[in-house]
Amino acid sequence: MSHAEIAAPPRAFGQTMRRDVWWLQPALVFCGLSIFIVYSTWAAFQGANYFFGNYVSPFYSPELFGSSPHSWFGPKPGWWPNWLLFSPALLILWAPGGFRLTCYYYRGAYYKAFWADPPACTVGEPRSTYWGERSFPLIMQNVHRYFLYIALIFIGILAYDVWKALWFANGFGIGVGTIVLAINVVLLGGYTFGCHSLRHLIGGFRDNLARSTTSFACYRCVSCLNKRHMLWAWMSLFWVGFSDLYVRLCSLGVWHDFRII
Amino acid sequence: MSDQTVHFKIWRGDAKGGGFRDYSTECTEGMVVLDAVHDVQREQAVDLACRWNCKAGKCGSCSAEINGLPKLMCMARLSELPTEKPITIEPIKAFPIVKDLITDVSWNFEVKKRIKKFKPRPPDAPDGTWRMQQEDIDRVQEFRKCIECFLCQDVCHVLRDHHLHDRFIGPRFLIYAAALEMHPLDVEDRTDELRNAHGIGYCNITKCCTKVCPENIQITDNGIIPLKERVVDKFYDPLGWIWRAWKKKSDRTRKP
Repeated sequence: MSHAEIAAPPRAFGQTMRRDVWWLQPALVFCGLSIFIVYSTWAAFQGANYFFGNYVSPFYSPELFGSSPHSWFGPKPGWWPNWLLFSPALLILWAPGGFRLTCYYYRGAYYKAFWADPPACTVGEPRSTYWGERSFPLIMQNVHRYFLYIALIFIGILAYDVWKALWFANGFGIGVGTIVLAINVVLLGGYTFGCHSLRHLIGGFRDNLARSTTSFACYRCVSCLNKRHMLWAWMSLFWVGFSDLYVRLCSLGVWHDFRII
Repeated sequence: MSDQTVHFKIWRGDAKGGGFRDYSTECTEGMVVLDAVHDVQREQAVDLACRWNCKAGKCGSCSAEINGLPKLMCMARLSELPTEKPITIEPIKAFPIVKDLITDVSWNFEVKKRIKKFKPRPPDAPDGTWRMQQEDIDRVQEFRKCIECFLCQDVCHVLRDHHLHDRFIGPRFLIYAAALEMHPLDVEDRTDELRNAHGIGYCNITKCCTKVCPENIQITDNGIIPLKERVVDKFYDPLGWIWRAWKKKSDRTRKP
């Protein structure tokens, strides 16, 4: 049967017979992601108030170059152009940003919420042309697994930040900030270790899954996290933003970090 | 739901055109949309065409769009639908209309013929039998629950809105391909076709297919995305190419 025989009249943008509030979910995704993008961009360009004692904001970790005691390689490098605004966050945020941008869950969510492609299931679209992820630019989404490799390294670095957050000037302790940063690592870990690409790379690529016991055990763990990938994605997104806000407000003296131990 | 009169708007027409017509029928406890359509057919519109068979959600014949959402009429309980306004019943949209609620879904069967068939490895035992792990079979068994109702094909915007039937095989046949591709005995490689002729890149992961599946098959997460990853392995991952080439070489040298 040819394509022409199947063709039915196209529907106008937003046209649907649905009676439910189909626009609510894409609207919430639009608002949630927009708020995060605006806040994280603002926070990344600040270049200040991103650490408080032994706490460092996850937006700025690893701090490759910077003026804080958490910096790995010292202050702003001499080769950095004067005309270009410097912030330690700008050196690293492309990696977690790219990981989320190319994430299978977020792709489906922002295609609907930001590009109306489609606005929701069985709801008319604004455009008649469609390329999908077959050609440029969306074919670049296939780079996701490379962002995953970097994201896994970041999880290790953020876990080390939690370790550092346990050691205050007067020795071992636990503050509210320590718990905030620890929850951040758990949520980011839940999101990263439930990644669809990781699920494939850890064992899903095999047809004989159970042949390797270790690989199969890992595959099952990743699959378990993957079932709630959307939930992990949103919780970790919210919490990483909140962690930055917590450190920032403590640094500004607006909030006081309460020491539990 | 106590006995009450429920109003319906049922699409009537054929390939040349048509529109909604109003019907009302008495509905009782436990009725589904297909029961109401049968009541209308029996009492008010004997020429109303609708396809059905098992009335148990297993044959996949009575697919339709109820209040704008693709569903099996035999599994859509009237008690779960709002009855303040007439309930709309339409044929599925991704395929040509034959009459009233019936569409011509034969394109799907033509597509199925284009997918490379099951090709098992040589038998594991001298008696011609194979050995498989239950866990390996469990993964593809999920896809074999498909009843071919084609609701996923209907809701997929690539077919429904963009009519790319000649370039994209749709979610139903992506999971059909997944069931073969991930089978522990199968040695056929379908990734070239998946990327090119079957157009897996057209899927933009809206998950609408998963939402409407009456068998609750995780079409996107367990079928389409793993296939996309296999396509990435073969066509878009240079590090993967090096790793596999090295592994192949080391496997070869290890063998006596």
